[in-house]
Amino acid sequence: MSKKLFSLNQDRSLFPPNRPDGTIDVDLSSHKYLKIWHGPQHPGITGNMSLELTLLGDEVMDCETHVGYLHRGFEKLMERRKYIQCFPIVCRVAVPEPDFNEYCFASAMEELAGIEIPEAAKWLRTLVLEMARLQSYLMWIGGQGSAFGMGIVGQWTNYCRDLVLDRFEELTGGRIYHMFIIPGGVRGLLPDGFRERMEETLQTVERFMKDVHSTMFNNAVFKKRSVGMGVIDPSWINRFGIVGPNARAAGVPLDVRKDYPYLKYPELDFEPVTGRDSDIYTRADVRRRDLLLTVDLIRQIMAKTPDSGEIRAKTPNVLHWKVPAGETYSRAECTRGEFGYYMVSDGSEYPRRVNVRGPSYTHAVALLEKMIINVNLADVAGLMVSLHTYPPEIER
Amino acid sequence: MGKINDILSPFTAWKHLINQPLTIKDPSKRQGADRYRGFHKNDLDACIGCGTCEEICQNAAIDLVPVEGIETRNGDSGLRPRIDYGRCCWCALCVDICTTNSLTMSNEFTWVDHDAEVFRFVPGAENKPWDDKKEGWKKPGSGYELYEPKRVTMEELHPEERDHSFIEIVKGYSHEQALLEADRCVGCGICVATCPAHMGIPQYIKAIRNEELEEGLRILYDTNPLPEICGRICTHKCEEVCSVGHHGDPISIRWLKRYIADQVPEGDYKRILETEKLETNGHKVAIIGAGPSGLSTAYYLAQMGYSCTVFEKLSEPGGMMRYGIPEYRLPYEELDKDINYIKSLGVEIRCNITVGKDITLEELHEQYDAVYTGTGLHDGRSTRVPGTDHKHVYQAVDLLRDITMGKEVPVAKRIVVIGGGNVAMDITRSMARLQKQKYGEVEIIATSLESEHEMPADREEVVEAREENARVIPGWGPVEIEIKEGKVTGLHVVRCTAVFDADRRFNPQFDESEKTFFPGDMVIESIGQGMNLSYITGQAREELKMDRRGRIEVNDYFQTSIPWFFAGGDIIQGPDVIHGIANGHKAAIGIDRFIRQITL
Repeated sequence: MSKKLFSLNQDRSLFPPNRPDGTIDVDLSSHKYLKIWHGPQHPGITGNMSLELTLLGDEVMDCETHVGYLHRGFEKLMERRKYIQCFPIVCRVAVPEPDFNEYCFASAMEELAGIEIPEAAKWLRTLVLEMARLQSYLMWIGGQGSAFGMGIVGQWTNYCRDLVLDRFEELTGGRIYHMFIIPGGVRGLLPDGFRERMEETLQTVERFMKDVHSTMFNNAVFKKRSVGMGVIDPSWINRFGIVGPNARAAGVPLDVRKDYPYLKYPELDFEPVTGRDSDIYTRADVRRRDLLLTVDLIRQIMAKTPDSGEIRAKTPNVLHWKVPAGETYSRAECTRGEFGYYMVSDGSEYPRRVNVRGPSYTHAVALLEKMIINVNLADVAGLMVSLHTYPPEIER
Repeated sequence: MGKINDILSPFTAWKHLINQPLTIKDPSKRQGADRYRGFHKNDLDACIGCGTCEEICQNAAIDLVPVEGIETRNGDSGLRPRIDYGRCCWCALCVDICTTNSLTMSNEFTWVDHDAEVFRFVPGAENKPWDDKKEGWKKPGSGYELYEPKRVTMEELHPEERDHSFIEIVKGYSHEQALLEADRCVGCGICVATCPAHMGIPQYIKAIRNEELEEGLRILYDTNPLPEICGRICTHKCEEVCSVGHHGDPISIRWLKRYIADQVPEGDYKRILETEKLETNGHKVAIIGAGPSGLSTAYYLAQMGYSCTVFEKLSEPGGMMRYGIPEYRLPYEELDKDINYIKSLGVEIRCNITVGKDITLEELHEQYDAVYTGTGLHDGRSTRVPGTDHKHVYQAVDLLRDITMGKEVPVAKRIVVIGGGNVAMDITRSMARLQKQKYGEVEIIATSLESEHEMPADREEVVEAREENARVIPGWGPVEIEIKEGKVTGLHVVRCTAVFDADRRFNPQFDESEKTFFPGDMVIESIGQGMNLSYITGQAREELKMDRRGRIEVNDYFQTSIPWFFAGGDIIQGPDVIHGIANGHKAAIGIDRFIRQITL
């Protein structure tokens, strides 16, 4: 008995047998199982979604994901609003990273309308997208740390994120919803002294990332819980539509910035960060290195962003902008991978259909349901955070 | 080694024990950034209540509401935006689209109150602590505009192409140009209130945008049966108040109206306006004068089923539009297009009939159910300075009429025109053309009491007159026409220092010490026109009430003190085509109600 309770090598004979397809036969009336709801208010869940877990002991036997707590019907709302009126809405699709929505929406419109945005606007858009990546990673890393019991990491990185938000506030006028990338261009040039303050912020981020590295990544506890955990097999990449760092940690260098270059990325010097082992630790490490790459990219962008110049192309009057009929797909690399807007216009003042492709949909629903089987309940939050999902973009 | 490192390394976090704690800044003490999108401010004096902010707001957070102390006036709806912070998302599109740049944002972002109602407020009207804050979101600078502030340039004949002929100067918009110009409109409708006819301006501009010109024509005819004419020579008061004009060029409302009317062929009018079959109601109305107000009355009455007969003294209908406005501004065939359509509705226009001579007002009253008069201002006024009784001193309206009628008009080598209004410019430019034809050169001086910026003529008229080598010299008052050996030799003038007194009454002041002389072999007076009501005789004359300024008194439906007698147009409102059209429309409603015995 004692052997069963305390052994690290559990006796698998107590577990129900696997079916040929890998699933198990759960008979709730046997009283061997426990069903619990994990979320939607659990702090380890990234946002408002919940997992309906079937446990045997503290091991997950089965999982069903539930979304819908956050549904606000953005895609449908957009069909009833003029294009310019969608602009304040789209940023709300993915709260922690509004800028990718703004960019994809604007660039889809511009592509349909055949508008080329000015040079300065392109640089400023690239800058804003990388700043968004930086602050999103900083928030994620705190979540990953605290999911494994390291609260201090989140405090450091959220402090750093706050500094990045200060820069956002200066540049765009808003901290969370920036509403800066407007169809046709951007809404302002760099403010005075912005470069110096940005450099200061980047140095602070780098300093704290060194601490994060020594506290979290060189940490026996973290390694013990994350190495070999939640492995994504490279063969799943196409099957599940895995993108971004989740795919790169499996050694598949998927990065929209390189694969389908947009804005000013072709003029920047960088290589996608990849890993090999595809477990939670590798994914975290890929994101950490990607974060540092972002710091480097922001420096490159700052060096090239002009201080003056046109910020917005000539567009029709936004109050009755009729985007020519057609359809297009516009994409960008966000922290979770490929973010895209599929836009259909029937030539009227209102979009006929806008479909948002958020990477969280595939990562947080189908992939998580597969990966979570046989994971210890205590590791569920850590696993979820390691996939880096944002439910708002599932429930557009 | 790696494992030991993994155990020891996390302890490096202890070094932060000696550091200051990382704390998030206290929002109640923290300043927002210079561009922060905080609480709204509004400069109530600059704001015109156009409601474009309300239009763009996707949250319906903005309502336009009346505000105490702000009156509705020309170009100002009298309303101001009220913002509901339960709905606002601080996107600042309202600021970016604001036509007057009055709406801005401060960088304040904390506001605590126990009453939820206070968060729905009128910025600028409630003395908020952030009203004087300089920082905060403002519309980004030029090049960012959410609508095009610059007008699509209207192509015109070059001065050297036009200075010797009466060919129409303005070429009109092409399809692409009209679409671009129509796109600039923000659709606020401030213009509608100002337009005397209250035309559906945003609606017909929208019809142009949607390429629905037939719908556009229907909208035009709802309020204006002379769109070809108004599309060319309307005084476009609408454009003076256009909200886009506050920081940019106003929309070319007049040219867009002309575009619709030009594009639709005359033959399609009846089908589009659904007037192929008009049922008559058996009542008859007589209209005196085939000018804009008379034609407008006839059109709307005909629509209602009345049989209208228009009596016109001159040989062609159109009134001042034909006999006052030169052909280079309004070609006769465009005038005829509008008039022919009105005729096609069964309106009978009997020309060369002078009421009071060929038929009396009493006779009209006996034969018709109601009579409308819009005889206009056709008698030129004189300055009455010494010398004006000379035979080579002319009245502008008489000469303009003669030019239209094709009569031989005296053209001197040197001409002086007295007057600074549109009629003065019309005669100056017409005579300049005739001089160019006759002598190959232009030597004409137009002088007015008013200074350059006070001149009542449209700016473009003055500019174009100068382009055609006419000299416009404002700020001089006529003293005497010099006559030597029976011939006019020129005009003596003195400097005019002020035209109006403090009460805005006409009371010119002169500086006698500053004098000059404008040489000329003929002098044309164009200082205004008077009316001739001599056809109103007998009992009607006695019963007709006049006001202190000698104008016929009318009610809101242009009914005079004689119930069957209606009057409108220039004789009531002063010289203006669009006012005449508006009067005619209102009078038609009044006549209809009079005949159907509905209390006016």
